[in-house]
Amino acid sequence: MRYFPLTDSEREEIKNFLGIKDTKELFSDIPKDKSYFSMNDIPSALTEDQLLIKFRELAKKNKYSNYLSFLGAGSYNHFIPEVVNYLISKGELSTPYTPYQAEVSQGSLQGMFEYQTMITMLTGMDVSNSSLYDGGTAAAEGVLLALRKSKKNRILIASNLHPEYIEIIHTYIQNLNFEAKFIEFDKETGKIDLNQLKEKTYENCGGFIFQSPNFLGVIEETKTISDITHSKEIFSIQVTAEAMSLAFLTPAAENGVDIIVGEAQSFGIPIGFGGPYLGFIGAKKEFLRQMPGRIVGQTVDTKGRKGYVLTLSTREQHIKREKATSNICSNQALCALRAAIYLSTMGQKGLKEISKTNHLNTAYFVKEASKLSNINIKYKKDFYNEVVLEIKNNKVEDFIAKLEEKNIIAGVPLKYFYSDFENSILINFTEIHKKKDIDKLINAIGETE
Amino acid sequence: MNKLQKPIFEKSRKGKIGYSFSPTEFSDDLITIDKKKLREDIKDFPQLSEVEVVRHYTNLAQLNHSVDSGFYPLGSCTMKYNPKINEKIANFEEFSTHPYSPHKFVEGNLEIITTFEEWLKKITAMAAFTLTPSAGAHGEITGMMIIKKYLSSKGDPRKTILIPDSAHGTNPSSAHFAGYEIIEIPSNKDGIIDVETLKEYLNEDVAALMMTNPNTLGIFEKNICKISEILHKNGSLLYMDGANMNAFMGIARPGDLGVDVLHLNLHKTFSTPHGGGGPGSGPVGVASYLIKYLPTPIVYKKDNNYFVKYHEEKSIGRVKNFYGNFLVIVKALTYLMSIGKEYIRKVAEDAVLNANYIRKSLEPFLELPYKSKTLHEVVFSDNNLNVTTLDIAKSLLDYGIHPFTIYFPLIVHGAMMIEPTETESKETIDEFIDVMKKILEKAKNDPEYIKGAPYTTPVSRLDEVLAARKHILKWENLGE
Ligand SMILES: Cc1ncc(COP(=O)(O)O)c(C=O)c1O
Repeated sequence: MRYFPLTDSEREEIKNFLGIKDTKELFSDIPKDKSYFSMNDIPSALTEDQLLIKFRELAKKNKYSNYLSFLGAGSYNHFIPEVVNYLISKGELSTPYTPYQAEVSQGSLQGMFEYQTMITMLTGMDVSNSSLYDGGTAAAEGVLLALRKSKKNRILIASNLHPEYIEIIHTYIQNLNFEAKFIEFDKETGKIDLNQLKEKTYENCGGFIFQSPNFLGVIEETKTISDITHSKEIFSIQVTAEAMSLAFLTPAAENGVDIIVGEAQSFGIPIGFGGPYLGFIGAKKEFLRQMPGRIVGQTVDTKGRKGYVLTLSTREQHIKREKATSNICSNQALCALRAAIYLSTMGQKGLKEISKTNHLNTAYFVKEASKLSNINIKYKKDFYNEVVLEIKNNKVEDFIAKLEEKNIIAGVPLKYFYSDFENSILINFTEIHKKKDIDKLINAIGETE
Repeated sequence: MNKLQKPIFEKSRKGKIGYSFSPTEFSDDLITIDKKKLREDIKDFPQLSEVEVVRHYTNLAQLNHSVDSGFYPLGSCTMKYNPKINEKIANFEEFSTHPYSPHKFVEGNLEIITTFEEWLKKITAMAAFTLTPSAGAHGEITGMMIIKKYLSSKGDPRKTILIPDSAHGTNPSSAHFAGYEIIEIPSNKDGIIDVETLKEYLNEDVAALMMTNPNTLGIFEKNICKISEILHKNGSLLYMDGANMNAFMGIARPGDLGVDVLHLNLHKTFSTPHGGGGPGSGPVGVASYLIKYLPTPIVYKKDNNYFVKYHEEKSIGRVKNFYGNFLVIVKALTYLMSIGKEYIRKVAEDAVLNANYIRKSLEPFLELPYKSKTLHEVVFSDNNLNVTTLDIAKSLLDYGIHPFTIYFPLIVHGAMMIEPTETESKETIDEFIDVMKKILEKAKNDPEYIKGAPYTTPVSRLDEVLAARKHILKWENLGE
């Protein structure tokens, strides 16, 4: 078999050298009655050509790519320049381990350092790290970071934060005896109820975590939110699930945000049925020693040449064990490198253009679809690239089915997440949608009467 | 060439374009957002042509050592060959669907998830798996949460997790973030958990023992069945860190050995590339009585149809967005299907043969602190040498060999943890043994030379103290 370089005669040679007759002797510490179980129900090995046939069959069972899709909600289909796929497939980038031996890992390390830099440029924050698992766990890490720093044990959560992110935060904090309360959003604007945020008192609270653009696609009053949180002496934690918006909207730091976390899948990472993705974090300098995950720093070698190493490792599990700032070891390094390559390729101009195109496509839809009588666009102000569509004359299932007949996957039904959005869907536009695609959608919606 | 590269920001020139995409079809007049909410230029963001981007990352790639370029016996990391067909298949465009697609349009993907789970069940004898955790440590915390939820639902919440002193740092850290207190138990002189010692540590506060098997010394915890039995008698569970499953995959199954909760690292045993530190995947398997505590979502097959359960009363909840690192799972399934029943056992057999070949070959030259039988890896100490483990590691770099894991496990002085894996040829291993002997010989005659290594790498030893003091964590524009 091609993955086993030892020949039978070499195996014999090694066995002789070890003074054993049978390889089984090497495993004699394993209880005899429990070892060498029957393999009968395990399928036989497939050759490479058989594998291709097998997986092409599986691939054919996915009908998704036959449809024009407007699904978003935390996973966004953006264009990926071919150089990104080409470069990231290099074995020298994809097959090393975490760069423990810096002298032979400068490629990965510099790539991560540049990624960290790009995240700070996009968010305006002082520091970043070299990746977290995904947007949802990044949100949980953001909460834990704020609570560690503030030494508090309660957190306020915006109820229009991505529902999966809320679930993940809840999973993480429930075991640590941390508590959470919600700040509701205004059903008219889709934005956080600022009065509630102002008035709600919550003792021993360390921060307020909210999303912008939020789960309903609406850009929050981030600056005002940060001002309010600071007046209450709690941290302002922004979540951004659509990193593409970072190139269009005011950076978090300018809005006074203390910690920004989120999902950077939009930067050159395929939607991939939900993973692997890329959790990012940016924070003010004061959080540095409490940051989770790997961080790369610049230094010099014995000859004074510039080089990069993993640093601030005294925060980490391999040194601090149960006192570490996070349990993360392997992260999403290659996804971060993918993002760095994507961002370098798009560059200043490309990224801003594409990000604006996302918004313009959505704005065009909002303008045109507003003329339709059978739907209502709920939040027409301050959207980025997603909007909520309220379906008037149809049940949401029927509406979706009618569009599927026209080869369109319209959006994510919000009733999966909210009890009071019975008849609404969340719909996303990116640069991959052309005017004719949007027109097709509008026509199809018009015909659902 | 191995040329160091200027930061990409210093290669940037105003006005350069590296992408090509059709311009927007709409005018800015459509923008109704208040200007105050829109950003200016992204200060100092890169501007390069396509070829310059390609050269930057190609040159960076050449500064890396990787499994594709040479031997990488990093202990505990299972740096086996990453098959290329896995990559090709994971890149099939049809697999890259939206996670919120209606299920009827992604049945291929749902089948991959349930099929992979079936394979893991057969190999491990665990009753069910979640595939959502992103890495080993993520699997650990998920497993700890399952244990916590189970015990508290029983009305018997317990406070502590026992962890051997040889454990990986993620073990205590994961248990801590699941809300547990950690009690470290000493390994015995054979390097394993001693049943009598364990008994002394057991009381009604102990929720579980977190055991790595084979442990980080490469030694199989041969009392595992007995240990499981006394834990269960005490109302405690046995968690197994399966990061080292490469040592006995196909030989024995954790479920048969009395393990209640197990995590695996697909980026180790199951051949998916480490990516310079990720993405990985850390499935968690449980015994049947714990199934209802597994995290959501739960994908299952019934009458040839696929379903996803998003809520389950007793579940610990969600630990990760969507379905986990799905494309990593595709690669791992490709791997399992390519080795099949004929070769699954061969993985462990060859890995253990290679490791023992190294052990016996180097034993005359290095101190072996624990003499017990070892499986897929061997841990030597730098005791009695006049150079350190770090010096030897750095010397290996000059021979184009990636060093072993160093200074871990913590219970071995100057640990050198060597794991060759099954995907290395005898020639490669012979060369490694020769190089090690040469380095140790040189260390006797000219220790200063070894202490100055490496000499041939793109950079020499880097000043980590300076990095930790200065905190240069991003590139900054210091002007022309
Ligand atoms: C024994 C052991 N446990 C756990 C882990 C953590 O795995 P991961 O890096 O995937 O989080 C490792 C990885 O280095 C390990 O060697």
